Amino acid sequence: MSKLVASSAIKGAWVIFNQAKEFLDKAIKEKGQEQKIGFPETAFYLPMANALLGLKVERLKEVVPILEHAKSLLPNLPTERIWLPYLGDTLNAGIATLLCEEIIMALRYLYREEPQKDCQGFFTDTIMRSLGIQLVDGRMPGFAAILGAAPNNQIAVDIVRQLQGRNILVFVGSSVNGRSIIDQLLEENVQMGWDNYIVPYGRDTLSAIYPLNWAIRSALTFGGIKPGQAQKCLLYTKERVFAFGLVLGEVDEIKYATGAGAISMGFPIIADTDIPQIKPSGITTYEALVKELDYKKIVSRCIEVRGIKVKVTQIPIPVPYAAAFEGERVRKENLYVEFGGKSSLSFEYLVTRKSEEVEDGKIELFGPDIDELEKDKYSMPLAIIVEVYGRKMQKDFEPILERQVHRFINYAMGLMHIGQRDMNWIRISKDAFNKGFRLKHIGIILHAMLHQEYGAIVDKVQVKLYTKQEDVQRLLEEAKKTFTERDERISGMSDEAVDTFYSCLLCQSFAPNHVCIITPERLGLCGAYSWLDAKASYEIMPSGPNQPIQKGPILDEKLGQWKSINDFVYQKSNKTIQKVSMYSLMDSPQSSCGCFECIVAIIPETNGVMIVSRDYTGMTPLGMTFTTLAGSVGGGVQTPGFLGIGRLYITSKKFILAEGGLKRVVWMPKELKQALEERINQRAQELGIPDLLDKIADETKAVSLEELLDFLKKVEHPVLSLEPLI
Amino acid sequence: MADIQAKSIDLASQEALRKAREESIKTSWDRLEVQKPQCGFGQLGLCCTVCNMGPCRIDPFGEGAQEGVCGANADTIAARNLVRKIAVGASAHSDHGRDVVHTLALFSEGHAHDYDILDLEKFKSLAEELGIDTNKSKEEIAKELAKRFFAEFGKQEGELLFLKRAPKKRQQIWKKLGISPRGIDREIVELLHTTTMGVDNDYKNLINTGLRCALSDGWGGSMIATDLQDIILGSPQPVRGKVNLGVLKENYVNIVVHGHEPILSEMAVKASQDPELLRLARENGAEGINLAGICCTANEVLMRHGIPVAGNFLQQELAIITGAVEVMMVDVQCIMPALQNIASCYHTKLVTTNPKARFPGVLHVEFQPERAYQVAKQIIRLGIENFVNRNKERVNIPKYEMDLVAGFTKEVIFQILGGRYRATYKPLNEAIISGRLRGLAGIVGCNNPKQTHDYFHTTLVKELIKNDILVLQTGCSAIACAKQGLLIPEAAKEYAGKGLQEICEAVGIPPVLHLGSCVDNSRILTAASCIIQEGGLGEDLSDIPAAGAAPEWMSEKAITIGFYFVASGVYTVFGASPFAVLGSKNLTNYLTKDLESFVGGRFEFCDDPLQMATLMIEHIDRKRKALHLRPLMYQ
Repeated sequence: MSKLVASSAIKGAWVIFNQAKEFLDKAIKEKGQEQKIGFPETAFYLPMANALLGLKVERLKEVVPILEHAKSLLPNLPTERIWLPYLGDTLNAGIATLLCEEIIMALRYLYREEPQKDCQGFFTDTIMRSLGIQLVDGRMPGFAAILGAAPNNQIAVDIVRQLQGRNILVFVGSSVNGRSIIDQLLEENVQMGWDNYIVPYGRDTLSAIYPLNWAIRSALTFGGIKPGQAQKCLLYTKERVFAFGLVLGEVDEIKYATGAGAISMGFPIIADTDIPQIKPSGITTYEALVKELDYKKIVSRCIEVRGIKVKVTQIPIPVPYAAAFEGERVRKENLYVEFGGKSSLSFEYLVTRKSEEVEDGKIELFGPDIDELEKDKYSMPLAIIVEVYGRKMQKDFEPILERQVHRFINYAMGLMHIGQRDMNWIRISKDAFNKGFRLKHIGIILHAMLHQEYGAIVDKVQVKLYTKQEDVQRLLEEAKKTFTERDERISGMSDEAVDTFYSCLLCQSFAPNHVCIITPERLGLCGAYSWLDAKASYEIMPSGPNQPIQKGPILDEKLGQWKSINDFVYQKSNKTIQKVSMYSLMDSPQSSCGCFECIVAIIPETNGVMIVSRDYTGMTPLGMTFTTLAGSVGGGVQTPGFLGIGRLYITSKKFILAEGGLKRVVWMPKELKQALEERINQRAQELGIPDLLDKIADETKAVSLEELLDFLKKVEHPVLSLEPLI
Repeated sequence: MADIQAKSIDLASQEALRKAREESIKTSWDRLEVQKPQCGFGQLGLCCTVCNMGPCRIDPFGEGAQEGVCGANADTIAARNLVRKIAVGASAHSDHGRDVVHTLALFSEGHAHDYDILDLEKFKSLAEELGIDTNKSKEEIAKELAKRFFAEFGKQEGELLFLKRAPKKRQQIWKKLGISPRGIDREIVELLHTTTMGVDNDYKNLINTGLRCALSDGWGGSMIATDLQDIILGSPQPVRGKVNLGVLKENYVNIVVHGHEPILSEMAVKASQDPELLRLARENGAEGINLAGICCTANEVLMRHGIPVAGNFLQQELAIITGAVEVMMVDVQCIMPALQNIASCYHTKLVTTNPKARFPGVLHVEFQPERAYQVAKQIIRLGIENFVNRNKERVNIPKYEMDLVAGFTKEVIFQILGGRYRATYKPLNEAIISGRLRGLAGIVGCNNPKQTHDYFHTTLVKELIKNDILVLQTGCSAIACAKQGLLIPEAAKEYAGKGLQEICEAVGIPPVLHLGSCVDNSRILTAASCIIQEGGLGEDLSDIPAAGAAPEWMSEKAITIGFYFVASGVYTVFGASPFAVLGSKNLTNYLTKDLESFVGGRFEFCDDPLQMATLMIEHIDRKRKALHLRPLMYQ
């Protein structure tokens, strides 16, 4: 029976190849072979061809070799009887399909036919990097690419909601008989977009290359695999990218061909129709191609076949609850009630109490609930006070746990949470209210989630909710005192003051040689893990990714090198990194997994460095965009002169101390400057150059090297008088 | 006619045997009858002709002589007799290997114009494996390779280059036991030396020396032959073919190539398509030239070109008896002396080509690699010219032929399982680990008229695949199963267990894979090493849930193959008649029990194919248990 699959996939591959060839011929004829071609915001050219063939395609003429290679992969159809082995042939056809689909999509970009309406189109490198952490910390355990359309809208919504409920990122697209799941979801007003874990890629099967050439980039970015190391790339996606394809409706030849490509990447295919199955494993981790006709079981079958580890959170509240709902917005038209923002007084506060003061699971509401809201009113005051007790609880952990309130509330469908402390803003939608959501449910969520994620340090949790103005006012004064104390404590924390640093090996699941060292003055490069976070994480999971390292005697104060840190990094980087300087850009800088918030890069001509954040898509004076730069920084390799960092490290006293610190910075995107304005000014004050921020160029001042040099001279940037960097 | 059915299960052979009887032509089966009863001392290994104080023989019943004149007892005599056969078998395969190296050397010096490097990829990877600079010219690399491989034969110290292909643990076992072969010729010579009068009198020591010599065949001579033939003649790819006497064609000039070395027959393949010869064939009243093979030469040209196979060992006489063969061109090994007599009853011209293998009074056209194509053309021309002499009255080609798929090699397995980019053994390993496949079996070897022709091979193989064991085959055993339709992909549905069926369906393979000729048993060794390298099935070849068998063996080469499989850790069952060792209880126990404790493999003798299957299945199940693999998926 799998011969049928092989035949269909091979037929489909030929169709797609011919389509790519015709399109390319047309493009060369109309636009000339020197015409530039490529996808937006990627450093990986045509990523599939880059990863598998090592080709750096920038012009139409350079596409020709890809096509020729694809043709060489295309096999004959298996014969009716006495057939020759076809599995390898089918996988070859699948690879040819991926290469050709990518060519077609790139050509469509050239002709401005992509992205399609309501669709994401090509996924940029930035998206991949920003999702890095969620992928490894379990918040996003896997990816689903749905192709086709469900028999009806309700089933489409059900499947997507079930996947969301398991925090699986869902790519939706393709179609069956002109009907696409994208439109089914649109008709049902399902919110889509990256924040909602539902991303429409395109309405035809060929555009399913987007999630696939996105996945292959992770091998290059995080895996440290070189372009052209095809087998390694494909094994990386098999072993580390937990994706699968779900085909709804008839599987045509094009879908079989694309499926063969996905299977080559280790991604199994699940269909809701009666197709022949391919059960033996090896190319995929478990079955390669399976059917599941029961829509109630289909999502769990997908998860089983791909071997995705899902942590399902069952919380007794009347709305669905999962990380996938974190990014969902509650818009005005659907608003039932809001707290904070500009509309009312609101804050949240987590504090440690004595054991006898905390009754676990007790949730109290002081004041009216939301169903007592006056007519035509949309806001109420709110104080959320979480009182915890734990034998291992420490004062230092309070702000860490408190910061989780944001996430935990957002996970509830129909709830939105922004900000923190007394800057918070919470919205509850009409849908959630109508389903029975009340304020005590916030308490239920916080109680359950704090136990679930922080059970190692928290023994008891109780939640008090206040909705009377006078209560909120009174309690806020008390909380504010603590907020100030906390700020002072953490800002006074220095690398010298502690005897222990923490490692972070979280990203080794996809960047096997990368080791982060987290110190009080240098947070993890993803920006998500400070020294306190790492410390708490170690308490929670003593054998987890954050391990304490006794820093011991220092080898070099300026570079920030310790023997015990070097030994640790050497061991944990699989003996690829011998030493690491915590405070240097040039001498044994820390490696990067690929999730960095910013890149610090040397601009030799200026004797200084620039800092680019990953949200900045424009050009930099180095002549490279963030994505191009990022291509040479990730994958767990040390690259002197280039460093991936978390934003907050920029204003640390230890920021590239060995090279002169913040004074070296000559260029940053404007948005980054604005975001860090206060902190930079404060640090500049300490350095004795109060107007330093104005001396740092941005894209409005200089984009080219010449402009930058002129600007630096004009403002007399301190870098000009520093000793040479190289 | 019942007696003819007892001779062979193959209908084509039965028909040819009937024709032989009608025409009063004697075949091996008839000569066997005349030989009966065969010598009991010989069967038990108790007859010693080593020195001129003898011949001596030991009384198996313990009443008469228990020692020879020199004092050698049953253990020594039987062991010496046995290991001498190992030396002979190893010399046959290894000398074959040497001739291929010779051709490569001639090519590198510009003397063998008819040959080229046809598998550049394997050529380069072999050069890399041996640390040869691959940036040099093709000829220079070839020269260097030839030099290194020639040295393998004459080397006195160190160990053979290809031993490194075995898993680390296996190499250590050989080292520890002192059985890592040093040089191919040295091992053969040393083994023969130990068997002469008054040298080695310790049967265990004799066997250990025999193991080392056998290894120099499997991981030496045979492996060199396989690899260099792939390089010079092109590596096999999955290919369709046809098998059995029915492939001989009524109106064509039938040229049958028979023997073992493909270097010349490869040229015959080319010459059979030569326009000049085709024209000549038509001028002589034939529709064309039909090339077919017997024995391992057949397997070689089948694997590389899909040339039809006329039959296996016991069919060499029958092919001539069809009356439709113009020329039977033979090289070396397994060529029955009887061919000359049988050919003389028909118009068939027997042509010898190798100076090592001649018949008195038979036409000899000597093969020289320097003028290979010319020689091949000359022989085929003889066939064409002989077509007019064919007596149509006496032609009777049995109308039996069967399809088959061949062309599986260690390298091809990577490709068919993973394609170009995911080339891998993983699906195979995982199939075994997950219990979809029970394990693997290598079924190889000859025919022997002492057993019903093809019956043991096919009965055993059918039973194994029914029990979800993927079968790898070479030699005449593969031809036997091919004739019964076991080598077509459709056979999976009809004969294989459910787990094996799923694998065959997913990959598109037959349940029985044809890996080539008998030197290509080396492919089984390297494929098994790839399985260990892929991981999950232990660290040594002896850990793999696998077993080997030679169900209808007759040749000394089979003994050597058996020994190198056992020395590589494989449980190996010999069918029908056992080695000639049963006269020594000690030796028999040593081979069938003790060996396993230190080499990981051992021999078993069994005269019932179903019982053989049971023994192999039990062994495979023990290995599964030792690896803590999951229970079988479908049993």
